[in-house]
Amino acid sequence: MNWVLVVLGGMAGAPLRYLTDRAVQARHDTDFPWGTFTVNVAGSLVLGLLTGAVAAGAADSRVQLLLGTGLCGALTTYSTFSYETLTLARQGARWQAAANVTVSVAVGLAAACVGTALARLLWA
Amino acid sequence: MSVPPPERAPDAPVRVPVRQPYARRPSPWHGQASVVAVVALGGGIGATARYGASLLWPTRQGGFPWTTFCVNVVGCAVIGVFMVVITEAWAAHRLVRPFFGTGVLGGFTTFSTYAVDVERLLDAGHAVTALACFAATPLAALTAVWTASSATRRLLVSRQNARTGRADGTPS
Repeated sequence: MNWVLVVLGGMAGAPLRYLTDRAVQARHDTDFPWGTFTVNVAGSLVLGLLTGAVAAGAADSRVQLLLGTGLCGALTTYSTFSYETLTLARQGARWQAAANVTVSVAVGLAAACVGTALARLLWA
Repeated sequence: MSVPPPERAPDAPVRVPVRQPYARRPSPWHGQASVVAVVALGGGIGATARYGASLLWPTRQGGFPWTTFCVNVVGCAVIGVFMVVITEAWAAHRLVRPFFGTGVLGGFTTFSTYAVDVERLLDAGHAVTALACFAATPLAALTAVWTASSATRRLLVSRQNARTGRADGTPS
């Protein structure tokens, strides 16, 4: 049953990332990978919230597997994030590449903290 | 003799048949169903592999999250190889890249678990481990994608040179 939950979550998260990326990238004409940035920050916020909910006893481990390991895990990505950074650097956009890394990890961590804090407010 | 009555009044506006929906400019979502389907399939496979790794190598409470770290670094190395092969060496089917690159590798690697792992380590007072994970993951991931991509490109060039008989290493 656990495996099924992870598969289902992953099957929803990955296309959600793909569609969000397309929708975001269609709305601006820079090379900056805002689409991947958006899903990574949103996924970190939701996983923070969910982890906080599980810690507070408001959600059980099945929800964690479906929405956490499956959905948020597949919604967010490290491989595309680092590949897009490499592409920016190779195109000569070194500052953008550096900004992509620092802003993504800083805002991603902040989003995880906000999610956990929000869960404490809601359920603790 | 009988003249068939006209089907509509002669002054009625002429209706030009509008061909729907193909007469329109193709929408950016046209032909996306198969792509979304293979991304979903790949995402399910990638997420399952990551979950399997977390069961095989569970991370101890408060310890460095090695499993997520390794999953992310391996995924970055593989995408480095894959993108060079698919753009420079192999005329693959149009669904191969969304299936494997966006689906499998995207579903396998995870940014949210990385961020939440760091947050939990900070919250539990393991500031040094948190900082190590926070900094080492992007460093190792970028090193992996860059090394794998450059090595694959060099390998392809040298194989091409061997085939065309060039020994001086200049790209053909």
